[in-house]
Amino acid sequence: MYAVQNHGQRNLRTNVSVCIRNHMVQYYNRLDASFGALADATRRGVLVQLAQADASISDLANTFRMTLTGMKKHVSILEDVGLITTTKVGRVRTCRLGARAFDDEAKWLESYRQLWAARFDALDSVLEELKAKDQNSERQKR
Amino acid sequence: MSAKKDSEPNSKVTKVERTGDRERVVTRTFDAPAHIVFAAWTTPELMKRWWVPKSIPMAMVACEMDVRTGGSYRLTFEMESMPPMDFFGRYIEVVPNQRLVWTNEESDENGSVTTVTFEEHNGKTTVAVHERYPSAEALEADGAHEAAAEVHAQLDELLVALAASAT
Repeated sequence: MYAVQNHGQRNLRTNVSVCIRNHMVQYYNRLDASFGALADATRRGVLVQLAQADASISDLANTFRMTLTGMKKHVSILEDVGLITTTKVGRVRTCRLGARAFDDEAKWLESYRQLWAARFDALDSVLEELKAKDQNSERQKR
Repeated sequence: MSAKKDSEPNSKVTKVERTGDRERVVTRTFDAPAHIVFAAWTTPELMKRWWVPKSIPMAMVACEMDVRTGGSYRLTFEMESMPPMDFFGRYIEVVPNQRLVWTNEESDENGSVTTVTFEEHNGKTTVAVHERYPSAEALEADGAHEAAAEVHAQLDELLVALAASAT
């Protein structure tokens, strides 16, 4: 199990590093939500279960000895943060482990823009300071 | 009295555009001459002050930049309890106060090339940051859906492993 953990950590690190340049904002938003989703023992159990095999909501309800309604709530929380995806075929909703991609490119671009906008706002104040210094040294030269 | 020129565009707006399969551009105008803006992009002590937005729990702990054509750079970030992460590459073109081009070599493949242009006009400087990928797939992989999804998938994997080891 230790090996699996290391593997996970290594991949996480690689991917986080890929994301630092462009994805910091989204990553943190999602990470927060994920930790919230994982604060519950049943939901963690559901993830472990789904890591072994896909399952329907009623399978999961049986496994965890809870009502269908109760399980639906857990499933929808996990689905909201993208830790699992569900597909409905006929009357059965199947859950599987997996990440949901960003809804669309426009949304992604907007977060990317926000990252740069935040960066540039900080740059504005650095520039103000440099400009003041620049003007001072100009004055001293005269 | 001379008629005023076209009303000034709102200079503090950051724009992002996808300008082709392989390229994305961020533009913004700053109220400072080009030599000052250029200095902020090429001086480590200054980069440290603005590159990482305050809202992100991450710090740039080291910044080495040999800003000349062929020179290299290395930025080191620390975040929470994770080991430090390095970002590095080479400057392939440096034209003072006008243009910076560098490679991004921290990922084995799909490394993009970043071109930053500085255009001064009436004491203001428009900066354009072009990120160019070797292929459209690389742009998608680094840029949009996949990288974020993948982080999440790997996070899942880690957490599942942790959950399983706890039982």
